[in-house]
Amino acid sequence: MKSNYSSWGLTGQKSQKVQKIKWRTDKLPELRAGLSLLAYGNGRSYGDSCLNKEGITLDTRSLDHLIDFDPKTHILRCEAGVLIAEILSNFVPRGWFVPVTPGTKFVTVGGAIANDVHGKNHHRRGSFGNHVLRLALRRSNGKTLVCSRTQHADLFYATIGGLGLTGLIVWADILLMPIDSGDMQVETCRFETLEQFFDLSRESEWKYEYTVAWLDCATKKQMGRGIFMRANHCTGPARLTGKGTDKGTSLPSGLPGFLINNITSKAFNALYYHLHPEGFVEKRQSYDTFFYPLDRIRNWNRLYGRKGFFQYQCVVPMEGGFRNIETILDEVARSGIASPLAVLKVFGEIASKGMMSFPRQGITLAMDFPNAGASVLNLFNRLDDIVADAGGAVYPAKDARMDKEHFRKFFPQVDTFKHYVDPAFSSSFWRRVMG
Amino acid sequence: MKKILIIGASSAIAQATARLYCAEDVHFYLIGRSRRRLKIVQEDLMARGAGKVEIDPTDPVRLADNQGVVSRAVQVLDGVDLALIAHGELSDQKACETSAEKTIRSLNINAISVISLATLIANHLEERGEGTLVVISSVAGDRGRASNYVYGAAKSCVSTFMEGLSHRLFRTGVSVITVKPGFVDTPMTEQFEKGLLWTQPEIVAEGIKKAIEKRKSTVYLPWYWRWIMQVIQLMPDPLFKRIFPVSEVGKDQSESHVEQRAE
Ligand SMILES: Cc1cc2nc3c(=O)[nH]c(=O)nc-3n(C[C@H](O)[C@H](O)[C@H](O)COP(=O)(O)OP(=O)(O)OC[C@H]3O[C@@H](n4cnc5c(N)ncnc54)[C@H](O)[C@@H]3O)c2cc1C
Ligand SMILES: NC(=O)c1ccc[n+]([C@@H]2O[C@H](COP(=O)([O-])OP(=O)(O)OC[C@H]3O[C@@H](n4cnc5c(N)ncnc54)[C@H](OP(=O)(O)O)[C@@H]3O)[C@@H](O)[C@H]2O)c1
Repeated sequence: MKSNYSSWGLTGQKSQKVQKIKWRTDKLPELRAGLSLLAYGNGRSYGDSCLNKEGITLDTRSLDHLIDFDPKTHILRCEAGVLIAEILSNFVPRGWFVPVTPGTKFVTVGGAIANDVHGKNHHRRGSFGNHVLRLALRRSNGKTLVCSRTQHADLFYATIGGLGLTGLIVWADILLMPIDSGDMQVETCRFETLEQFFDLSRESEWKYEYTVAWLDCATKKQMGRGIFMRANHCTGPARLTGKGTDKGTSLPSGLPGFLINNITSKAFNALYYHLHPEGFVEKRQSYDTFFYPLDRIRNWNRLYGRKGFFQYQCVVPMEGGFRNIETILDEVARSGIASPLAVLKVFGEIASKGMMSFPRQGITLAMDFPNAGASVLNLFNRLDDIVADAGGAVYPAKDARMDKEHFRKFFPQVDTFKHYVDPAFSSSFWRRVMG
Repeated sequence: MKKILIIGASSAIAQATARLYCAEDVHFYLIGRSRRRLKIVQEDLMARGAGKVEIDPTDPVRLADNQGVVSRAVQVLDGVDLALIAHGELSDQKACETSAEKTIRSLNINAISVISLATLIANHLEERGEGTLVVISSVAGDRGRASNYVYGAAKSCVSTFMEGLSHRLFRTGVSVITVKPGFVDTPMTEQFEKGLLWTQPEIVAEGIKKAIEKRKSTVYLPWYWRWIMQVIQLMPDPLFKRIFPVSEVGKDQSESHVEQRAE
């Protein structure tokens, strides 16, 4: 294990000054001239939003204590460094689940709040911030403020999706969700075109807690095909399986980058598509298998080799969304760069609480790309234009490269938000898009 | 109900170990010098499902208080099933070299107080005729090194004491376990560069739990440290001194809390 304070994309590995916050009673470190602070959760952001190259990184993983759980109110109070994995391994056997989970369980509660993360149930429950009732924010002036919808409400809304810039989240109250079983009832189905995807999505929204689709973004002529997934937590007699796969396999560092290229991506995607039979397939899966297939291999990001990789995730409004997704896919096809993994999901109408939250009603598309240098970056710039014209946004949690102009177009509210940024806090991302 | 006594309960390794028992019906008695920290650990264990958690803020290093605190624990728990002694401090080796006083202080924290408490607890367990005593020593006690021999000497003292204690209580039904972790990423080692051989407290905790279940007497954690230490112990002195040059001393132990970390 390395003292690895990089981000998930492994494109911007940087040495950093790090300080552990060991206890929630610890003060923030003494401010030193010119050195800004930034909390680091578990580094599952892809780009530089969790990095603070020129400043001090606050390692929050020792803030891993639960504080209280009240089954009557469903409220879990816990420190910000607690991993979702940790909550699940503790609470699934007791009949509770997190209300919203991203595609990896190795994120901290602080990170989930700061990016206002979304899951496959956005159409039902909105994003993570919708389930945060209270949080304690430690500011560089030495004060710790308990913020909620009624107390320091502005700061509360600025901190949800606030990219870690409003201070150190020390603890939070989140609402857990009761479940009958640790298993999922899953249905999957192939689709040939985007229209079919939208139909499936629409018809499933009411009956299914979770919907998402894997999209083939590697095979030029077949763009728009994929596999649709929908699921509910199993009901009926409780079968609460406990521990998930917390360890998984590990990959060594320094793997060659050629493992993922256009050819392997196409082969993988075609295989994945064709292995799925026609029509709906029903199966019962553990929550781990359904939500976190990628967590099985602990550091799969190393498959991309030394140069790392990017993820491009955008959301475009529902209106004209179909056309816009098509335009984006066309642009990707034209670039000739294959995405080994792409995901499509319809965001519902529940508004995000955060001032700067990424999730909003519309269609979100996330595509991984190996770091092939200029060709990929140019493609992203063209995609930014399409997304901006559509009135959409690119997700900062996944971003390592968007420029200032586009950031402003995606998040025009930044001029209000910046008043809530703690003067001592900053990030590599923030300096890039605001500097 | 399983009755567990933990001394140095704010230690990262101790906390990770305690969490592994929360799924069972358990009653904890936590000892440490900081009430605030014990409270944090108490709330955590309760929220994780522990039945009962009591705290007793007493400094384990104050020998005069040892008898009292162990008696209280025994009384409140109504007999101890499992005791873990985890407190310890990675002393500033450089400072110890020029100060006999600091050296003695380190021995008090890492050896004398541990032995005092282990004696009291072992006698209680012997009287009960069952139970487990676990003490966290270290691989650092297996061979003296210029970079940390004061801490190492204390740990070596603890290991030898535990070895003897385990021998004494052989066949009494009491199990006595010495845990020797390698490099663990905890607050104690914050200022070190973390390399390949480092592990997390959760991994060590799982090893401790397994050792308790299997009634081992000495356990290296993770397991490969047994082999590493075997090699290091067998190394002839001249070779050992060449492999670990004295100039390296203190290189990894910086004064400042904020360390430059290279990836
Ligand atoms: C495989 C994979 C799948 C993913 N799937 C999804 C998905 O489906 N939906 C989604 O929304 N995201 C997804 N993500 C992204 C991930 O959920 C977010 O980037 C998340 O914020 C990472 O959390 P972290 O704890 O690793 O925080 P980091 O990445 O370390 O930090 C993220 C941000 O949180 C801030 N932060 C962390 N802790 C604190 C604190 N205590 N106080 C204040 N600020 C803090 C940091 O400063 C930074 O701005 C995925 C990532 C991966 C690797
Ligand atoms: N981390 C490693 O690499 C490593 C390797 C081998 C062995 N160990 C041993 O493992 C045990 C647990 O350490 P850890 O790694 O979990 O470190 P840790 O989290 O820093 O815990 C250290 C514990 O010792 C207590 N302590 C420290 N100095 C003390 C003092 N002067 N008086 C009283 N109590 C004191 C601390 O109490 P407060 O919270 O009140 O400070 C805390 O409970 C120790 O015995 C250590 O020697 C650790």
